[in-house]
Amino acid sequence: CGSKGCSPTTHNAVKNLFLSMSRPPASILDRPVGRGGARGSSATEGYVSLSAFAYLYSELVQYHQSRVASISELERRLESAGYGVGLKVLELLAYRARESKRETRLMNILQFVSSSVWKALFGKAADSLERSIDHADEFMIVDYEPVTSTYVSVPADLGQLSADAYVSGIIAGVLEGAGFTARVTAHSVRVEEGEYAKAPSTPGLPARKDKAVFLVKFSREVLARDAALER
Amino acid sequence: GQDDCKQQVAINRLSRPRARRQARSNRPDQRIPDLPETANMGFLHLFIVNKSGGLIHHRPLGARAPRIGTNEWLRIGSTFHSLHAIAAEASPVRLLGNKNSDGADDGIEQIEAGGLVLSCLQTRTGVKFVITAEPGTPDLDMVLKEIYVLYADCALKDPFYELEMPIRCELFTQAVDALIERVEKTGARLR
Repeated sequence: CGSKGCSPTTHNAVKNLFLSMSRPPASILDRPVGRGGARGSSATEGYVSLSAFAYLYSELVQYHQSRVASISELERRLESAGYGVGLKVLELLAYRARESKRETRLMNILQFVSSSVWKALFGKAADSLERSIDHADEFMIVDYEPVTSTYVSVPADLGQLSADAYVSGIIAGVLEGAGFTARVTAHSVRVEEGEYAKAPSTPGLPARKDKAVFLVKFSREVLARDAALER
Repeated sequence: GQDDCKQQVAINRLSRPRARRQARSNRPDQRIPDLPETANMGFLHLFIVNKSGGLIHHRPLGARAPRIGTNEWLRIGSTFHSLHAIAAEASPVRLLGNKNSDGADDGIEQIEAGGLVLSCLQTRTGVKFVITAEPGTPDLDMVLKEIYVLYADCALKDPFYELEMPIRCELFTQAVDALIERVEKTGARLR
C-alpha cells in the first residue's frame, strides 16, 4: 500500500481477525500501520508521518529521474506509479463504504474523488472542484497544499515539472477503475494574492506560492454516455 | 553591555572545555555604543559548510550584512572548516566518548570579536551551520537549531537536491528568510 494515511489494508484486517483470537503478532509485518490496538481508539491510528512519506517519495522521484531523458517521461513514470494505487484505493474505499450502488454519473464520481479519496489519502478534502469554461470535457481539482510536494523545490531547468504527477496518476487510476477513462495531468499554478487565507499546515514553512491543479480530461465516450444518461 | 555578555558566555562555557579564539579589540573607538537592543539585534550572515569543507550555502540575513564576493565566501568556508578541525585537536581536554549533548564532535562553537559574534552548530553528519550576528543578538543557538530543522525539511526531503552539493532549494531560502523575520519581530516585541 503506497499511500499516506492508508489504514490497515484488507489483508491486515483479515489477519487481525485471526490474531485477536490467538497470540500477539509475531513480526512487525503483522502489526497494523500506525499505533495498533482497538480500531479508532487512537488519534494517530492509521497515520503515517509526513516526513517518512516525504523521504520515501523523494527516493521514488530520484529513482525515476535517473532513468529518464525528459521531463514528460518523468511525469509519465510518476503517473503510472500512482495508477496502481488509484485502482486499489477505489476498491478499498468501495469495500469500506459498503454502499451497494456505484457511481455512474460524472459529477458524482468527481465528487467522490475530491472528497472521499482525498480524505482517505491525505486526511482532508480537496480544496475545490471546478469545471473548465473553455472545454466541456475538462474539470479541475485544486489542492492548495499537496502532500507530495510539501518539501519539493523544483529547480529552474525543470520548470514545467510538477512533483504531484503521482497524485494525478492516483486520480486517473480511480477514474479508470470506476469506468470513466480520463487523462489527468498535474500543474503548478501561482496562488493569487488573498486567494488562500489559511495558515500552512506544516509549521515553520512559509505559505506555499503555488497550488496544485489536477486537470481531468475525460474521453469522448464517457461524455457521450453521461449525456445519454442525462436524458 | 558587551562585557556582561562576555562574562556570561565565559561562565557558561567553563564546564565544557572548548578552543575559543578571542579577537576582541579594546580600542574605545571600536566598541559598539550603547544603542537600544533593537538596534543591536542584527543577524549578518549564514553559511553552511559540508563535511568535506566545501561551502554549500551562504546568505545575507540583514541589511547591515557586508557584501562578500563568491570566491571570498568559498575561502571563508574552507578556512572555517580547517580551523574547526584544528580547534578540536587543540582543545586541552577531550570529552571522553563524545559526551556533547548535541552529538557533534569538539570544535569551534562560538567566536566573539569586537563587532561580531560567530556561532557554529555542527551536526552528527559533519555539516556545519555558521551564523554571524552583531553582538547582543539573543537566541543564536535557537536560530541555528531552527535552521538545521529547515535544512532537514526543505533540502533533505527535496528530490532535486543532491547531498553535499550547493543548496539551490527555493523553499529553504524562503523558509530561512521567514524564520529570521519572525525572530527579529518577536525579539523586538520583547524589549
